[in-house]
Amino acid sequence: MSATSVTAHAHVDHAAHHDLGFVRTYIFSTDHKMIARQFLFLGLSMMIVGGLLALVVRWQLAWPETAVPGLSNILKETDGILEPSTYNMAFTMHATIMIFFVIMPILAGAFGNFCIPLMIGARDMAFPFLNMLSFWVTGSAGVIMLSGFFVEGGHAAAGWTSYAPLSAVPSYTGVNWGQNIWCISLFIMGVGSMMGSINYITTIINMRAPGMRLFRMPLVVWSLFITAILLLLALPVLTSGVAMLLFDRTLGTNWFRPSGGGEPLLWQHLFWYFGHPEVYILILPAMGIASEILPVFCRKPIFGYHAMAFSMIAIAFLSWVVYGHHMFVSGMSPALGMAFTVTTMIIAVPSAIKTFNWLGTMWGARMQFTVPMLNALAFVSMFVIGGLSGIFMASTPVDIYIQDTYFIVAHIHYVVFGGSIFGAFAAIYYWFPKMFGRLTSPFLGHVHFWGTFVFFNLTFFPMHIIGVGGQMRRIYNPMQYEFLQHQQPWNVLITASALCLGLVQIPFVLNFFASLFGWRAGWFRVLAHAVGALVAGATILVFFSSLGYGKVLFGIVGLVVAVVVFAVSRRDTAGCGEKAPLNPWNSNTLEWTAPSPPPHLNWGATIPTVYRGPYEYSSPESKEDFLPQNVPPVGAAGARRH
Amino acid sequence: MTTLTVERPPVPRRTNGSLPPVPPHRGGGDGPDRDPAPHRPPLDNVRLAMLFLICSEVMFFGGLVSAFLVLRVTAAVWPPPLQPRLPVGVTAVNTLVLLGSSVAMAAALQALRRGDARALVRRLGLAAGLGSVFLLVQGYEWARLVRFGLTLSSDAYGTTFYTLIGAHAVHVLGALVWVAVVALLAARGRFTDGRTGALRACAIYWHFVVALWPALFLAVYLV
Repeated sequence: MSATSVTAHAHVDHAAHHDLGFVRTYIFSTDHKMIARQFLFLGLSMMIVGGLLALVVRWQLAWPETAVPGLSNILKETDGILEPSTYNMAFTMHATIMIFFVIMPILAGAFGNFCIPLMIGARDMAFPFLNMLSFWVTGSAGVIMLSGFFVEGGHAAAGWTSYAPLSAVPSYTGVNWGQNIWCISLFIMGVGSMMGSINYITTIINMRAPGMRLFRMPLVVWSLFITAILLLLALPVLTSGVAMLLFDRTLGTNWFRPSGGGEPLLWQHLFWYFGHPEVYILILPAMGIASEILPVFCRKPIFGYHAMAFSMIAIAFLSWVVYGHHMFVSGMSPALGMAFTVTTMIIAVPSAIKTFNWLGTMWGARMQFTVPMLNALAFVSMFVIGGLSGIFMASTPVDIYIQDTYFIVAHIHYVVFGGSIFGAFAAIYYWFPKMFGRLTSPFLGHVHFWGTFVFFNLTFFPMHIIGVGGQMRRIYNPMQYEFLQHQQPWNVLITASALCLGLVQIPFVLNFFASLFGWRAGWFRVLAHAVGALVAGATILVFFSSLGYGKVLFGIVGLVVAVVVFAVSRRDTAGCGEKAPLNPWNSNTLEWTAPSPPPHLNWGATIPTVYRGPYEYSSPESKEDFLPQNVPPVGAAGARRH
Repeated sequence: MTTLTVERPPVPRRTNGSLPPVPPHRGGGDGPDRDPAPHRPPLDNVRLAMLFLICSEVMFFGGLVSAFLVLRVTAAVWPPPLQPRLPVGVTAVNTLVLLGSSVAMAAALQALRRGDARALVRRLGLAAGLGSVFLLVQGYEWARLVRFGLTLSSDAYGTTFYTLIGAHAVHVLGALVWVAVVALLAARGRFTDGRTGALRACAIYWHFVVALWPALFLAVYLV
């Protein structure tokens, strides 16, 4: 103890004695909380790019080969109409950006950095400098990825999976430097994520506060721990794969080119050997976030803490032996395909254990429907839909029929948007008071949540239907196929909903910045509510008018809705931009014992000591309905120091 | 957000008052409370981080080697006719040189433990020197192979050979720079104060790139 506390005191004195200045505080900071904020801003700004690309794709599918509004200045030759090559680029980059530069930075980067030290009672990461480096390496990978839009021939257009030989020979797609930049960026991103994951694992193993045993860690820390291990072991395989692909394209090697003795299928094996653990990298942190938020707002202990932790470990193990289910139709031996079917079915078991434990946590609870709770509930329910549609795909006979249709697009979005993004929103709303020291506006949060939830389902559920109806994934113009033409109304509905889904993110942005900068003047609150109400009205107008119904009629309906929402909203005035108290949600975990926002090195002279697990809500040991981890138990020898 | 003030930890907001004795444990999955005491981790941060870095590197080379093996076993004839054979003899001797550098590195760490700063610098220099010899011989052999017509783009044989051996060479080069920097720091008396993390990490990494080589030698040259 003495050695630890001596260094701690030394650090504290050090921090108190000099101010670090702007650059070291905001840009090249080694503080895990600032790095977390940087990752959050990286992810959210990339989300705008990725989201707009998705809307461009949707426009083309609903109203094929018509000018996309706002693109006539960018696509000058075609006057705003998407060509097949541009369309390929748009969906490729949508997926690449969303997976590598939105979900991974937000869930693993931002909340990994924020939660791990604060929740295990550490003053910072094990290697703060490495942590800073990992952000800047990842950030430069993002900038490099974006630079691909401006090179001759456009950005990568071979799909986010970049199957060889399509991606291995520049003349096949007509993209030369775009695909190279894609490879280089992912290579660098791999290095950055390796730095981060080494840091996370070392911190969790070695830096826990006294009393914080492994099975007293909050489940979100468990999930990030397992995610870090998956990142550490899975991403290098992608790194080696993209290096080979880059060499094939630039140095003339023959890894994936059959003409020189290479093997195109090799890319699929390498890619999916990484790719399947990757989907668990995307979903596990969201699972941890939901496990964290549900007990808080159910005011009950999590159901089956150990089962939750062990099922995540089981998922991590199994995720290495299921990757072949992405390749059922690529010429794999049917016997091997059956093995992968079985392992894939088995991985549904730990996922189901988690789902039932979440339901068990909610069972009989007096739930508090706060904004983070709503998002966590959306996570659980949407993840169930995505998980169930996954079982269809796991079964080889069904998969042969629905593979590469919109059914898989629906499945991936239910898991990755319905799962990971709702998890990310839940985490942002839940930890915002601690991260930025300000409360968010519940009204704007509700508008954002309900809009997102409704239009998410209207966007992605019909994709199951048109997928089973035969619409192919990555198709440029469904109207070119006679058997798909009768489904076009579905495509229009999906696009209308997608536009509204984009629109309802405005209250989120407004809420985020208004709360961040503490705009709580009376006029501002009125303005924020007005914008929220207007968005609610405008979505009605956009939705129905893009379906072809009367603009004027639904404009009036939208306006009425906006006024009603505005009037109702005036009662919901709490929050937005007010200084956050220490523990606004009455949670048990350690991050709520640090000031909001926590200063450098998180706690004052002593770090908290942990006496119990993280989910002791409504415990008979306590008069209140929560019992923080750091409160000494009654009668513990020498424990009641205060 | 920017405040660097050091505050006292918050006082617990309540006391437990007079409550009945602690009931049987519910939820949270935890045993009876022991006196929480800080523990000394079995592996310190540097060792642990290097261990995981090596895991990651093993996966990277695992990807390369398994891709190589796929091409190797599916090829009809290996090595392809009319292509030069790899220089097994010279490379075997070179392998011994590299292994020798690992021994020098182990000796350097021993010098560090003894507190012998001069021997430390000398042995680090020896390790770096042997590593450089290895790279130079490899480079010379590469140049000969290229002259014989084996290039990256000639076919899968050249592709796999240069990519795998090149990936290792890049790692050795990186490790060599690290060893050189550490040796320079050691010469300036940097590691005398007990903060030897950078040196120990460097040694672990050097042992890793050395240990990797026999595996690659076996896979690429001998199999």
